[in-house]
Amino acid sequence: MAQNKALLSIENVETYYGNIRALSGVTVHADAGEIVTLIGANGAGKSTLMMTIFGMPRARTGRIIFDGKDITQLPAHEIARLRIAQSPEGRRIFPRMTVQENLQMGASLDKLEYFDEDVRKVFDLFPRLKERINQRGGTLSGGEQQMLAIGRALMARPRLLLLDEPSLGLAPLIIKHIFEAIKELNKTTGLTVFLVEQNAFGALKLADRGYVMVNGIVTMSGASKDLLANPEVRAAYLEGGRH
Amino acid sequence: MADVQTSNPESNFAKAVKEGLVAAALALGLFLLIVGFRTDQNIRNELVLNQRWGLLAIFVLVAGFGRFFLTAYVTPWNAARAASKRAAVAKEAKEQSAFRKSFPRIGLALLFVYPFLVIAILAAYNGSLMGGLQGSLKYVDNFGIQILIYVMLAWGLNIVIGLAGLLDLGYVAFYAVGAYSYALLSSHFGLSFWLLLPMAGIFAALWGIVLGFPVLRLRGDYLAIVTLAFGEIIRLVLINWTVVTKGTFGISGIAKATLFGIPFTPGPGGFANLLGLPNSGVYYKVFLYYLILLLALLTAWVTIRLRRMPIGRAWEALREDEIACRSLGINTTTTKLTAFATGAMFGGFAGSFFAARQGFVSPESFVFLESAIILAIVVLGGMGSLVGIAIAAAVMIGGTELLRELEFLKHIFGNDFTPELYRMLLFGLAMIVVMVWKPRGFVGNREPSAFLHKRKLISSEFTKEGHG
Repeated sequence: MAQNKALLSIENVETYYGNIRALSGVTVHADAGEIVTLIGANGAGKSTLMMTIFGMPRARTGRIIFDGKDITQLPAHEIARLRIAQSPEGRRIFPRMTVQENLQMGASLDKLEYFDEDVRKVFDLFPRLKERINQRGGTLSGGEQQMLAIGRALMARPRLLLLDEPSLGLAPLIIKHIFEAIKELNKTTGLTVFLVEQNAFGALKLADRGYVMVNGIVTMSGASKDLLANPEVRAAYLEGGRH
Repeated sequence: MADVQTSNPESNFAKAVKEGLVAAALALGLFLLIVGFRTDQNIRNELVLNQRWGLLAIFVLVAGFGRFFLTAYVTPWNAARAASKRAAVAKEAKEQSAFRKSFPRIGLALLFVYPFLVIAILAAYNGSLMGGLQGSLKYVDNFGIQILIYVMLAWGLNIVIGLAGLLDLGYVAFYAVGAYSYALLSSHFGLSFWLLLPMAGIFAALWGIVLGFPVLRLRGDYLAIVTLAFGEIIRLVLINWTVVTKGTFGISGIAKATLFGIPFTPGPGGFANLLGLPNSGVYYKVFLYYLILLLALLTAWVTIRLRRMPIGRAWEALREDEIACRSLGINTTTTKLTAFATGAMFGGFAGSFFAARQGFVSPESFVFLESAIILAIVVLGGMGSLVGIAIAAAVMIGGTELLRELEFLKHIFGNDFTPELYRMLLFGLAMIVVMVWKPRGFVGNREPSAFLHKRKLISSEFTKEGHG
């Protein structure tokens, strides 16, 4: 089975907000070293799935397995300690802290022993952050904030990187830059990336495989190029939406 | 007067001296007859002319130096501020001026010599050492110790509110726990102050955790309501648990603190006796002054250290974004509880000091107004800024103490006027003025705890008001 070599596998997960079901029977997996994307419209439950992986909110039924370990019931900070990092929806950088302090917060797990080395890697990936090192997070532009959010996640030396809509509200050129950085990261370090996106075209171009989510249900899955060619996907997400 | 602002500091200084002298001369001419001489009736109903050179000198000096400082410092400063606002470039990351950099150090040095300075000045004024000693009681006790207690409390609360962003309206409860711990344990078991001081801190920290658990999931307004209730619960328990706390009567005759076993009592074996000094109550007050000063500095030192450690960073990150914290692997439960416990611990220290100083504790001292004043000091000073908070405490507490002194107001408003009654009114007015003028407190800048090449201030223009 594919689950055996999967780094992250989400099996039959259902998540509720009160009595309202946000996810129903979601089964998704990401193998080590691949970029997987989850596309869908607003309110489809993409971000809910992302947060469910972190136990905020917790899955009511089903299992979430990371590297052979059931993490469904773990508290969020222990999930982070298994080296799952995320750049959450809305970026959620610390606005009053400087870029450097934000990156230090990302390295909270490691007592700063790898800090210099990791900071250099982040700056290689996003040179803009280096120019802004003493600037407060809240004063960065949207694109820089997104770079910072991804950089902060990378500081945790993750084995799995969860990205929630990194393209949200950014100019096409910046989106291209960020997607290229993700691609490069995956290629050079073999980092597994789970990408949630509304920007279906860009996400599918970037990813190896993709899932399509509608109203909390995964309706389609397959290799990115197949999804890109799929008439239904094209009709729903790509036609007219292409940048 | 209306000449163009000169950028040359030398000429500016000379100009300031000149204007200061002119102002002093004007004041002399103006006040010589109004203030310098005064006619009084003596017993035989004759008019006698009193000469008041000292008072006149004060008027002249205030006018002269006031004008000097205005011209030399305030006007250029205002002009520079206006210019920098016009420029509006590079608002962030202003270099600290030399004055700002050295201000905490100067302030600290002043605090350390303050009691001796007061005694020396008063001794010179009264012409005798004894007069200086007795006269200094008021300044060391009512001003020095009183302000420093609030500085310490506000710095302790700053850990909870300023760093961790948890709005705590019941902070006075921990103060009460510390005070009653010391009062009860010392009167029942005769334990010494130095043993009970850390114990009071530990008890208060435990109560901090007790409060912390139920409010872990609360934030903002909801947290404020629960902490407010917690403060009231502690106070009501103190009032009603009469078997232990003697209710509203309070506990009196609490043992005083000793200087490593040397008591501050008159007679043989006492501090004054051992050092061959004249008997006076001042030594104990001066000792208490240094004790609270050191306790307050301990609070500041711990705060500064913690800010650079993972737990302090976690507090600050928690204030900014709780969800981001959790996904970065920070255990928000322990982070919040340590913030509550650490803040409460310093409240407990201050409480046990308070009990030792007063010799009497009653629930009266731990009403909600106290929590509100401490919170007001933290907010006025600028959340997270130790210097700002210290200034705010000096202004608020020293200001209300000063209001007791304002006898001259009776001449304006009539003899029925008692300034004390208007303290809270003025207190509130001052707060409104400060909040309009500086919405983020006196020092709204947050100094980064990590920096690459040089330390830069983060302008308050960019910092949000607390949203804890």
